[in-house]
Amino acid sequence: MSQITPEIVAEHGLSKDEYAIILDRLGREPNLVELGIFSVMWSEHCSYKSSRLHLKKLPTQAPWVICGPGENAGVIDIGEGPDGKGQAAIFKMESHNHPSYIEPYQGAATGVGGILRDVFTMGARPVANLNALRFGRPDHPKMKHLVSGVVAGIGGYGNCVGVPTVGGETNFHKAYDGNILVNAMTVGVADTDKIFYSAATGVGNPIVYVGSKTGRDGIHGATMASADFGENSEEKRPTVQVGDPFTEKLLIEACLELMATDAIVAIQDMGAAGLTSSSVEMASKGGAGIRLNMNKVPCREEGMTPYEMMLSESQERMLMVLKPGKEPMAEAIFRKWELDFAVIGEVTDTGHMVLEFNGEVVCDIPLGPLADDAPEYDRPSLSREDYQAWAKPGEVGEVPASADLGADLLKLMGSADLASRAWIWQQYDSQVGGDTLQLSGGDAAVVRVHGTHKALAMSTDCTPRYCYADPYEGGKQAIAEAYRNISAVGGTPLAVTNCLNFANPERPEIMAQFTGCLAGMGDACRALDFPIVSGNVSLYNESKATGGGSAILPTPAIGGVGLLDDYSKMATIAFKKEGDAIWLIGGETGHLGQSLWLRELHGREAGAPPPVDLAAERKHGEEVRALIKAQAVTAVHDISDGGLLVTLAEMALAGGIGAQLDMELDVAKAFGEDQGRYVVTAPAGVEIPAAQRIGTVGGSSVAGASLQALREANESFFKDWMEG
Amino acid sequence: MKVRIHVSLKPGVLDPQGRAIHHALEGLGFEGVNDVRAGREIELDVDDSVSDEALDAMCKQLLANMVIENYRIERVTA
Amino acid sequence: MSFRGAVVTFPGSNCDRDMAVALEAVSGVPAIRVWHGDAELPANLDFIALPGGFSYGDYLRSGAMAARSTVMQSVIEAARRGVPVLGVCNGFQVLTEAGLLPGALMRNASQHFICRNVKLKVENSQSLFTAGYSAGQILNIPVAHHDGNYFADDATLDRLEGEGRVAFRYAETVNGSARDIAGVLNEAGNVLGMMPHPERAIEEALGSSDGRALFESAIRSLVEA
Repeated sequence: MSQITPEIVAEHGLSKDEYAIILDRLGREPNLVELGIFSVMWSEHCSYKSSRLHLKKLPTQAPWVICGPGENAGVIDIGEGPDGKGQAAIFKMESHNHPSYIEPYQGAATGVGGILRDVFTMGARPVANLNALRFGRPDHPKMKHLVSGVVAGIGGYGNCVGVPTVGGETNFHKAYDGNILVNAMTVGVADTDKIFYSAATGVGNPIVYVGSKTGRDGIHGATMASADFGENSEEKRPTVQVGDPFTEKLLIEACLELMATDAIVAIQDMGAAGLTSSSVEMASKGGAGIRLNMNKVPCREEGMTPYEMMLSESQERMLMVLKPGKEPMAEAIFRKWELDFAVIGEVTDTGHMVLEFNGEVVCDIPLGPLADDAPEYDRPSLSREDYQAWAKPGEVGEVPASADLGADLLKLMGSADLASRAWIWQQYDSQVGGDTLQLSGGDAAVVRVHGTHKALAMSTDCTPRYCYADPYEGGKQAIAEAYRNISAVGGTPLAVTNCLNFANPERPEIMAQFTGCLAGMGDACRALDFPIVSGNVSLYNESKATGGGSAILPTPAIGGVGLLDDYSKMATIAFKKEGDAIWLIGGETGHLGQSLWLRELHGREAGAPPPVDLAAERKHGEEVRALIKAQAVTAVHDISDGGLLVTLAEMALAGGIGAQLDMELDVAKAFGEDQGRYVVTAPAGVEIPAAQRIGTVGGSSVAGASLQALREANESFFKDWMEG
Repeated sequence: MKVRIHVSLKPGVLDPQGRAIHHALEGLGFEGVNDVRAGREIELDVDDSVSDEALDAMCKQLLANMVIENYRIERVTA
Repeated sequence: MSFRGAVVTFPGSNCDRDMAVALEAVSGVPAIRVWHGDAELPANLDFIALPGGFSYGDYLRSGAMAARSTVMQSVIEAARRGVPVLGVCNGFQVLTEAGLLPGALMRNASQHFICRNVKLKVENSQSLFTAGYSAGQILNIPVAHHDGNYFADDATLDRLEGEGRVAFRYAETVNGSARDIAGVLNEAGNVLGMMPHPERAIEEALGSSDGRALFESAIRSLVEA
């Protein structure tokens, strides 16, 4: 009698066609355990079935790239460490969007936990966390609760594990009312001779489970993460996992202690889809097979079935392949840290995943169809012209002149997207580790490589409204802005990770957003020598809860990483001294399309986004880095959201000194968001080549708005919203 | 047997968590709530032989902080 | 003599390395690392630091379980013998839970974790930890905590003030602490607990070096002793 009805197949998120492939590859009907494993491995989240084809086109190589996409995180060379050994930065960004909407505290917390594991799995000590957050309208009834919960969750986890949260970004837009985005990024540092990969090799080698016990948490979380929200997303609460940062902290220390020995062949964290994806990925990467005894899996609850064990998303667990005979030494380390340790199986040469329970084989699947040979779709997509006709970004047309640029500036500085984020980042321990040199609020966060003169510069960037109006230009801009932010602190941009958040890929207009953004990102990465070394895709970000098919804005969040050779030459945004000259690099053209000024002052999201001239972007970035290295400049800030006056106001607020401008300003020059530009200051008398002198540091106002009023406007948004 | 330990703040100790809950309840429109004090409950599964004195010592030495908290022990018969 | 300073690591401590770095930066001697499960402390210690972090995940109460760990019995004995003991942040919570310092640290009044640099006023500049400062001096030192709201009954607070045992006071609103107390000394003056992190303020690159004098005066007093 068949166990598997069409209803059960559908409940597992598999299409009829996909089920037919399973029948074909197995040559028989799967049992429930096998079906569950296929459903997880073939979910969008694990298989990248809609995106894989397009991701392959991204540039991933550079001489300094040690490991590109495909492993737990990307790895780049950052030169010598304090002991003269080679060092690497290991980093990745990942989404935890759906769980965070359902239960913001735990959703965000476990998102941080998951990305930390991706990084320390590879042998790195995590040194920095960042996060890219998108929320809906602040006046949406659920939004205050979501923002407080997400921020508390990120802090609750990151603070406890002792990894400083140093940067990120937060935007608000009504397109995220029913589907917020929580993208967490971790950067770690490892010795290049101690990097660990996930390919299981060595027939007979023991497979070891470490960390927390397995419970019934989040069963089917991976399939949930790839399904639209229904109207009753609140009912999905039980599938959200609960994080335990204390155990994670112990797991980090125990893993790093074991990694200092030569016991590990391969290691992989159990993320979404837990034991299933970790064991399948390890075995298929190693071209091996795997046999697990499910009776050996440490369980938190009694009576758990193999189906539940394989699909559980309990947090803080890892799977390792050890060299034979190393088990007792490894076990002693994990026992010292009061963590579970169990040999649960072995590497085989069968090319199959075989699970045994109570002496019987409960699963026997060839690994090919689960991983490399999983379904891949070339989803239909609109042409660029058809997309423009669908998206209707419209023309900017005539814009009213501004009666008072200072008043407009005040309004912008107090708007949700530009207001001070101190309320958020003061809830994060940004200093633990004793190496944080620069925080959120400037251009990039800067963390010293412990014990050296080097520092890592990190920034997360994306302007979703640009991506919606023109996916190709928006994709370029996201990469360019990360490049610019890293350059602005004096870092050499090296590589990026990304988190590609889009709506339902089965809609051709959404696929057009996806392929357009990717094409733009790819071109920018190539032009800027800024390859993509890791990433994550989150699709189906749309919600029926807000009244039918409301897709998020296309949000390819970028996490850029760069290197400063000597942190004593780091630049910051703050004006330093009265009398310093203010210079503009990159010219003044005044592109108002998709500007915040147009949106905040006139309620219009219209026009094409500012185009990115990649050659100019690269040239200006190189110039700025050279100026910083030569210590010719006293402050640097890139020009982005809000344009020139917002940039100047931020520099003024950070330094507590105003700006006196010599240039004729109109709305377009004041608030246009042209790309590839920076403001720098230099001591009087120092000439900045290829730049335009626009004013002098001094006084207590910017364009007629007093610093005091600017500060009040800037700081009141979160205070009024959260504490009012 | 099951033993429940109820731990609460001593009267007079400021309870910011309780105050926040109180504020939230008012925000939801519930009237007539005069005060909120947050505590916690710890459930132990112990042998029947464990004495009241031993339970008392557990509370004093670890489960409650006698500087700011009171406790109450409740034996729950199965 | 060679300075012998120790840093105790509990499961979940996360400022232990930072504390060891600070001790070494000031003394020139690497700090001895002590594990919570050790039955005894290394012999002849000059200084013991209980670092910040989330020992045992802050489960039950911050510092409660660490205060009952094996090594703490030895720390308590060493403190009674007069060995200087510094507890920062979670270390302060452990010291109150262990009964070496009076009072308790409750959830911040704002209910939020707070991480930022604060203005800290030196109240007592006579102790072995604070002799490098002048009374009334304002320091710039970071805080990073969720449970830093100092509580003690009025009689205890009056006694602390009367005996000069309030070492530091916040010079701005931070967490709701009684009388803005940020750090307290024991009766003998050899145990200091404080919420702000002096070990995070030992070089200008990190934003402040105002914490350095605390370690310097403690170490100098030992060398001179």
